[in-house]
Amino acid sequence: MANDTGILSYGAYLPLRRLQRKSIAAANSWFAPGLRGLAKGERAMANWDEDTVTMAVEAARDCLAGLPPAAVEQLILASTTHPFDDRQNSAIVANAMHLASTLGVLDVTGSQRAGTSALISALAGGRKSLVMASEHRLAKAASPQEMHYGDGAAALLVGRGAPIARLVGAHSETVDFVHQFRSSERAHDYAWEERWIRDEGYMKLVPAALSALFKASGVAPSAVTHFCLPCTLPRVVPGVAKRAGIAEGAVRDNLAAVCGDTGAAHALVMLAQALAQAKSGDMIAVAAFGQGCDALLFEVTDAIAALPPRGGVDGALARRKEETNYLRFLAFNDHIALERGMRAEADKGTPLTTLYRNRDMITGLIGGRCRSCGTLQFPRGRYCVNPKCNALDSQDDQPFSDTRAKVMSYTGDVLTYSADPPAYYGMIEFDGGGRMMADFTDLDEGKVEVGMPMRMMFRIKENDTARGFVRYFWKAAPIV
Amino acid sequence: MATGIRDKVAILGMGCSKFGERWDRNAEDLMVEAFEECLQDAGVERNQIEAAWFGTAIEEQHVGKSGVPLAMTLRLPYIPVTRVENYCATGTEAFRGAVYAVASGAVDIALALGVEKLKDTGYGGLPQRGRGGLNNMFWANISAPGSFAQLAAAYRAKHHVDAKDLKRAMAHISVKSHDNGALNPKAHLRNKITEDDVMNAPMIADPLGLYDCCGVSDGSACAIVTTPDIARGLGKKDLVSVKAVQLAVSNGEEVQFGEWDGSYFATTRVAAGRAYKEAGIDDPRKRISMFDVHDCFSVTELVTMEDLGISREGKAIGDVLDGFYDASGKIPCQIDGGLKCFGHPIGASGLRMIYEMYLQLNGRAGERQRPDPVLGMTHNLGGFPSQNVSAITIVGRYGA
Repeated sequence: MANDTGILSYGAYLPLRRLQRKSIAAANSWFAPGLRGLAKGERAMANWDEDTVTMAVEAARDCLAGLPPAAVEQLILASTTHPFDDRQNSAIVANAMHLASTLGVLDVTGSQRAGTSALISALAGGRKSLVMASEHRLAKAASPQEMHYGDGAAALLVGRGAPIARLVGAHSETVDFVHQFRSSERAHDYAWEERWIRDEGYMKLVPAALSALFKASGVAPSAVTHFCLPCTLPRVVPGVAKRAGIAEGAVRDNLAAVCGDTGAAHALVMLAQALAQAKSGDMIAVAAFGQGCDALLFEVTDAIAALPPRGGVDGALARRKEETNYLRFLAFNDHIALERGMRAEADKGTPLTTLYRNRDMITGLIGGRCRSCGTLQFPRGRYCVNPKCNALDSQDDQPFSDTRAKVMSYTGDVLTYSADPPAYYGMIEFDGGGRMMADFTDLDEGKVEVGMPMRMMFRIKENDTARGFVRYFWKAAPIV
Repeated sequence: MATGIRDKVAILGMGCSKFGERWDRNAEDLMVEAFEECLQDAGVERNQIEAAWFGTAIEEQHVGKSGVPLAMTLRLPYIPVTRVENYCATGTEAFRGAVYAVASGAVDIALALGVEKLKDTGYGGLPQRGRGGLNNMFWANISAPGSFAQLAAAYRAKHHVDAKDLKRAMAHISVKSHDNGALNPKAHLRNKITEDDVMNAPMIADPLGLYDCCGVSDGSACAIVTTPDIARGLGKKDLVSVKAVQLAVSNGEEVQFGEWDGSYFATTRVAAGRAYKEAGIDDPRKRISMFDVHDCFSVTELVTMEDLGISREGKAIGDVLDGFYDASGKIPCQIDGGLKCFGHPIGASGLRMIYEMYLQLNGRAGERQRPDPVLGMTHNLGGFPSQNVSAITIVGRYGA
């Protein structure tokens, strides 16, 4: 691998809501009193209109923020919770990100180390790749997983150039060690005894992969300054570090207290946070466990100081709303049969022909800019909307997804069906022109006023439960 | 040069069913109920009707598409029947078709009938339905109250009005309409309410509570129109004639362009201006005797009275609270209870508004009768503040 290969940029996204573990435990302690021992901290909880794809889009936007339009050649989305089994999930992200159709895309899945496997593959391939790992994790009520898991995504732009973290080496060990599994016909994970996972799994497989990595790289384990290893089991990571020769002080917090374990995304989430806090010369080791182990080693370079500011994991953690309503969590994840009312029965079928013709408008939030009069408009009509212009076919593409907007009018509607009433929506006006009637999301009840600044976020517009289709569009969210 | 339709068409007769939750009646029954009253009032036979316009908005809810349901139900003798739909302005659209047919000289006698059977959904409010393939993909998740509620936010921001003051004026509007509806035997809602009832009602779409929203009703209304000469030939005296019918339809400027601020109806201002011109009215606040406007929500009525040029911009709250639009006020608005209490069977509503003006001008409005009205104006709106159809009709004493 060439010396100029590595991570060029990073980004992350966590959903706004943080479900309090004591709320989970309180609701379930009648059945599973042992959960009380886990009832500390909080976990990231996707909104009803978020899934693996929408969170990946937000992480990717964070990753590419402030960079010149990147010549991304490949886009990889790793997850074990892709919304579609047959429809390229990464292609949805590509469309939302306005990436060229000459792009190669890949959905990677099947393991808790899908994120690191995608990263290794992209780094080895040599193409400039946007590697995203995203997870919307489901767990049965009253399970330990429900406590441990969190939702979130990370994105890394990798390839050749001036990396902020140069790839020193990578190594994979593949062993069919089944600590947990989920067959394609099941919604939830099935896990084996934790003591076995710890002793035979993490403590043996991860140090072996790390020592192979260090040996091949010619780097002493003691040189590692940041060690990222997702693991929900107590005291395992320091044990692994010790066995691998990594200093105890290099072990990074796994975000259990503030985020939870985001599954296949978590190694990249931890790496993204490490990058935000690292300085030139730092050595970052990343490992992920699941039917073996992936291990990567990066050396942080001077270029990290020049990377434009971004939210990253810490920004995502700061954008936070405490959630204590466990029933809302169950409802958002479709774990209870909520009476949604007759208004929810309306057919939400999507004509795929219409979606295809209008994919840039719907998935990309692309409107028009009139060449004759300069008016920005969404959607773009054949005729310019400016009554003093009305020119025909005069508009160039105008993406609105990264344009900030202000609220012109709003309401909180309890009549229309919403998975999270009241449904907030209103007219927004984009800075620089253009306006639309938009759904709002991630809004605190009652916390909206005319003039409030908003940013667009890629979200689920409708779940077509009759056909299993997900309809995506953009919504306006308060800028925190 | 077009001269408009002022006094070219007279109303020969009108009819209106009882509005409300007509659990025991089909749409067809309601149509017959309105038509029978109209035929008797007009003093003609059904085979004298030469063309008909049929207004219904959510046809999949009741009678189905086309003009056929009207012709079949009323047994019309193989005449042209046109089904029209223009959001909640559908009733006025049907009336416009019939009026234009007569004004053009194409026919002597024409029928307009509107109907809606809304209470077959199983829930309150208007039916939840699709907006079209592409619209479904990007329109916000709006309901009718949610779209109109936004008028309040924008109006408050523009005119620096305290939320409570605006809500109080909105409450007065609803209380007034309930007072009026109580005197109307055909009205859906005939109970009186207080301002506190309105202020404390459950929220529907902030800031619109239950009593800020109009009734969702079953009902039908119709009109038979002809020329003033034919009306006289049929023995009619004291003719009520059409002074103006105007329509303005949004073209995307409000929802997509930079000048509209969300606090008013651009279409209503245009349509009203054209209607006053067509009717030869310079000072509507002095000339119009009464209004029936599209009070689908209290706040709609409030801003509409500015859009019609009756209250000055930003000053409707004062007029409302001063009782200017009360039944006993200077210019009553919704003297029949309005959409709020007479009810809102969509396809019928525009014709129902004209029906009340017609009764008042003929001195047949019973307990609601105003002394000596000369001109009555209706305003029938469909859609959302950001994209809508605004329909204005002015009727009055022939020659006035």
